[in-house]
Amino acid sequence: MKPRSRPLLALTAFGAAAAVLLVGCAGGGDQKDAGGDAGDEKVTLTVATFNDFGIEPLLEEYQELHPNITIEHKRAATSDEARENMYSKIAAGSGLADIEYVEIDWMPELRGYSQYLNDLADPAIEGRFIGWAEEGGKDAEGRQIAYPVNIAPEGICYRADLFEQAGLPTDRAEVAELFGGANATWAKYFEVGEQFVANSPGGAKWFDEAASIYQGMVNQLEYPYEDQDDNVIADTNPDVKAIFDQVTTAALDDGLSAGLQQWNDDWGQAFQNGAFATILCPSWILGPIQDYAAGVTGWDVANVFPGGGGNWGGSFLSIPTQTEHFDEAKALALWLTAPEQQVKTFENAGLFPATPDATTDPAVTEYSHTYFNNAPTGQIFAERAEAVKVMPYKGPHYFAVQNTAMIPALRRVDVDKTDTAQSSWDKFVAEIEQYK
Amino acid sequence: MAKTKATRPEAGRPVRKIGFRQRLGRWDVKLSPYLYVSPFFIVFAVVGMFPLLYTAYVSMFDWHLLGGKGEFVGLGNYEFILGQHNFWVAMRNTLSIFVISSVPQVTAAIGIAWVLDANIRAKTFWRMGVLLPYVVAPVAVSVIFSRMFADQFGLVNSVLGGIGIDPIRWHADPLASHFVISVMVWYRWTGYNTLICLAAMQAVPRDLYEAAVIDGASKAKQFFSVTIPQIRPTIIFVIITATIGCLQIFDEPRMYDQFGQGGSDHQWMTATLYLYQLGWNQEMNFGRAASVAWLLFMVIGVIAVFNFALTRRIASDSPDHSAKVRKTAKTRGAVKR
Repeated sequence: MKPRSRPLLALTAFGAAAAVLLVGCAGGGDQKDAGGDAGDEKVTLTVATFNDFGIEPLLEEYQELHPNITIEHKRAATSDEARENMYSKIAAGSGLADIEYVEIDWMPELRGYSQYLNDLADPAIEGRFIGWAEEGGKDAEGRQIAYPVNIAPEGICYRADLFEQAGLPTDRAEVAELFGGANATWAKYFEVGEQFVANSPGGAKWFDEAASIYQGMVNQLEYPYEDQDDNVIADTNPDVKAIFDQVTTAALDDGLSAGLQQWNDDWGQAFQNGAFATILCPSWILGPIQDYAAGVTGWDVANVFPGGGGNWGGSFLSIPTQTEHFDEAKALALWLTAPEQQVKTFENAGLFPATPDATTDPAVTEYSHTYFNNAPTGQIFAERAEAVKVMPYKGPHYFAVQNTAMIPALRRVDVDKTDTAQSSWDKFVAEIEQYK
Repeated sequence: MAKTKATRPEAGRPVRKIGFRQRLGRWDVKLSPYLYVSPFFIVFAVVGMFPLLYTAYVSMFDWHLLGGKGEFVGLGNYEFILGQHNFWVAMRNTLSIFVISSVPQVTAAIGIAWVLDANIRAKTFWRMGVLLPYVVAPVAVSVIFSRMFADQFGLVNSVLGGIGIDPIRWHADPLASHFVISVMVWYRWTGYNTLICLAAMQAVPRDLYEAAVIDGASKAKQFFSVTIPQIRPTIIFVIITATIGCLQIFDEPRMYDQFGQGGSDHQWMTATLYLYQLGWNQEMNFGRAASVAWLLFMVIGVIAVFNFALTRRIASDSPDHSAKVRKTAKTRGAVKR
């Protein structure tokens, strides 16, 4: 580099730094000026979400209804990103949005730090939310630290064309009956699976992987991994071991599993190859199936779930104690979770409402999904949501046990095939030792 | 004039004045260089040294991501980590990936640079070509390669199947998974290191090669006896940065499957991935994560020093020989002039 260019470089650097400072100052000044003189004070609320909740038009609408409110929407690309952002700002003590959307998976962690979140309990909205979803938003002392915004009740998706080839009924009501209808059991589901695999000409398997079936089953236990006092009991809980044994037997000994790890490339590709005939179907998976299985006809949704209902996923919204506009934020939160708006988010983003009033709205009940053979998915998932009886207790160790120990344990047996069921269980027991 | 003349011998005050200026001048000469370089060191202290020491501080406590600082536990976190089977698996994976990815990478980089340094057509095209993969984001590289190396329906396995080789379990076998992650590293970093080596090679005086040619040295002989000793400092630099990079590898193993935990049996869980799991995924235990960071730091330090010593030895293996070449070159140059 020629020496001559250096002053220029320094000048540019200085200019850039000065610009940053100026912008910084300007940003700080704004808010004070915003305080209007008229009756209703001007307030800026920030809403932090992730993925797509379909609330963008709703926020516009709210601002039109309330001219004094300005809403800033911060949207993270993934829920992981949003989680990291939220936690680091809780730790820093500032910087959180007035309304933070929370994925159901983080709730157990946040429950232990509920002092950072406002109590949103409100007698005016009693009975607005589905009972078990509302319970999921409470901390150990019973404070309502979050409102549910959507839930993910599960049905069973199946390939009608593959069913037909194997001589099974294809109509969704008959398929529901095949698994036992309202009294469907996992044993029955596996039994039909054996029948299918024995008769399927294309060599298709019954389900994608043991771990996904396991998650459906373990979500029906009340205290799977921890007791009321948060002691880890996963290795001694006979119910967990029974599910583990039942799933691994069905997957390997009975040959029902395609051994494809969910969300991996092989799994995505398998939708095109018709590698499996059924999959547990939370409401949000319909979109991905449609994408992965583009051009494949035959997917349908049966209004049935073995072992009672099941819920896999969902989200909440919370108002951190850091907020300076609690009343305004709560008013917005109440409005966003009201049935009318819940219907709109169902229409905008396909998220299933957590309010029973929304699920009986014609826009939901009369909705049918073209790709899934015009299945009335709104109606089906509303009924599936009612069937959910148990929400498993998820203490501070729940996700560590589930994600770093149990799911890998099942995949060692079913996907990688590097372990037998017994040796993998032994590794699981050793793995969770660190959480005790 | 007269005044000065009179006062000078008397009190020597003006002399003192000059002395102060001189002292200022001396300070200017002595301090200025440090002031000029100080911005780097101030920034380094803030963003480099402080986090390093603060991590050491955090590692002595029971520290939760959300809960913040807890009890002082001294070396308890280190004790816990060293007693974890997973930590040793993570170290095994890290070292294995380090060896598989860095050794061929640096060797290839020097070789390719040697070819590019020769008089070839369309030089800039080839030189830009080797750097192109470096532009691709690591996450994108992982997505592409994990798809190519998918176990059941991947491109590589179907090609292998086409020529009668059994499919390789890329995501189940530890060594196979290390190989794929190393391939991603090769793909992205070889070109970058090539360019650094190439720059160093171009700075080697051409006289040396002329002298070597006149002495009857073959191309290979020139490479080992002129090029390598001449670019030794650059090789050391490349090896040390590659060492650090490979030991801290994170994006590639994290994105190698969608679950991001380094495999169901920790087949490719590296030390940084383990650190991330401890701090963010499992129990959000920053204390333990910080102690893994320090253990990794120490391992990198040891390996870097070892590498440094090794490279110095290798490159200066035949000191008398390279000295002879240099001497010859000098005389030849003199004769030519």
